[in-house]
Amino acid sequence: MNPITVSEINAYVKAYLDGNSILSNLFVRGEVSNFKRHSSGHCYFSLKDDSSVIKAVMFKYSAMSLSFEPENGMKVIVNARLSSYERDGIYQLYVNEMQPDGIGSLHIKFEQLKARLEKEGIFDPALKKPIPGFPKKIGIVTSPTGAALKDILNIITRRYPPAEIIVYPAQVQGEGAYKTIVNGLSYFGENKVDTVIIGRGGGSAEDLWCFNEEEVARAIYRCPIPVISAVGHETDYTISDLAADLRAPTPSAAAELAVPSAEELKKYLKGSEERLSAGIISNLYKHRQSFEGLRASRIFRLPSQLTEAKTLELASLTDKLVSRFEKNISAYREKFERLCASLDALSPLKILKRGYAFVENEEADIIDSVKKISENSILSLNFSDGKAICKVTELKGE
Amino acid sequence: MKMESFETDLKKLEDIVKRLEGGEVKLSDSIKLFEEGIKLTSSLSKALDEAQSKITVLTEGKDE
Repeated sequence: MNPITVSEINAYVKAYLDGNSILSNLFVRGEVSNFKRHSSGHCYFSLKDDSSVIKAVMFKYSAMSLSFEPENGMKVIVNARLSSYERDGIYQLYVNEMQPDGIGSLHIKFEQLKARLEKEGIFDPALKKPIPGFPKKIGIVTSPTGAALKDILNIITRRYPPAEIIVYPAQVQGEGAYKTIVNGLSYFGENKVDTVIIGRGGGSAEDLWCFNEEEVARAIYRCPIPVISAVGHETDYTISDLAADLRAPTPSAAAELAVPSAEELKKYLKGSEERLSAGIISNLYKHRQSFEGLRASRIFRLPSQLTEAKTLELASLTDKLVSRFEKNISAYREKFERLCASLDALSPLKILKRGYAFVENEEADIIDSVKKISENSILSLNFSDGKAICKVTELKGE
Repeated sequence: MKMESFETDLKKLEDIVKRLEGGEVKLSDSIKLFEEGIKLTSSLSKALDEAQSKITVLTEGKDE
């Protein structure tokens, strides 16, 4: 025999339990009993069914996120791991989350579907289509008799009268309701509207459940038209909300998100008109300013200044030209007078005046030799003041 | 005015207002822009005033 200690067996059992992957993530349904919230914040209780009971503990950090106060006799589903408490040699559930049963089971289904679709990329924010700013046609998939439709129609017709609205009557609760929602989505996918709103008013988690169906999420994902999902109240989140291109907290909010406000548009148009007027006035003013600025420039104020300098230059050039010309003229005159004087000095008349005369024959040829004449020739003796006609009587050579 | 052009015209108006406010516009252009802008504001306002919501409830979905 080789006996082991109590501690050893308890440690072995704990290690054995902790190593089991099934026991490390359990969803367990049962009824709460002996519920005690310790002053430390930890909760101690048991879960039981008709024939069995198991101890459970929920530590403070998990208990803090409880959305309800557990009570004895309450049917719940817990998410827990099973382990043992070595000191006492007992095994128990270590609870992470607790949900009331009924809703709780749906909650688990919801979380599991959400995780799966998320992994698949159905909720990918990058795939979200923008909601058109000015939709011409809006498709609505909801109950034709619900308050949600009334709210949506009220708001859209008041806010943005130009919009055309097409309602696809769908069931929004109960067995098979999700199929009508899926049909509505594919109808609008084929019948070109600009925006689709799907949704319903508030209700119990079970009432809203059809908006958590996988087929609805996939139909939204497939829909080529931007989808706004508005299910229940602000606090209700559905798979449909996550899959949609835009989640609206309520149907009324969906209507507001789907269309612009005509009133605001009119205000904007009014503002635009004022801005246009201000714009044209400031534009005209600006153009006038630059015109006035040009007109007031020196050139236009004193146009003579532009030519003044040139006029002066011209005058001085003229002066120069005239004086130059005059100088030249007087120089010529002097030269001319000098020439005249020399000419005068050289004049044969002057020589004649000194007592000389020149001889011409009858043909008015100058006779400069005795050999050119003969006896009885008629010669003309020219003096400075007249001539004498003579007859040659005798010739004498030298 | 068709609603299809509403958004386009609204954008056009916005552009015109911005250009005119920018100030770098020729005199002749600025007057043209102003006229076009005023025309757009009135046609857009008219479109909003005259539009009447049309609501159709389909019957197909009901039998499901």
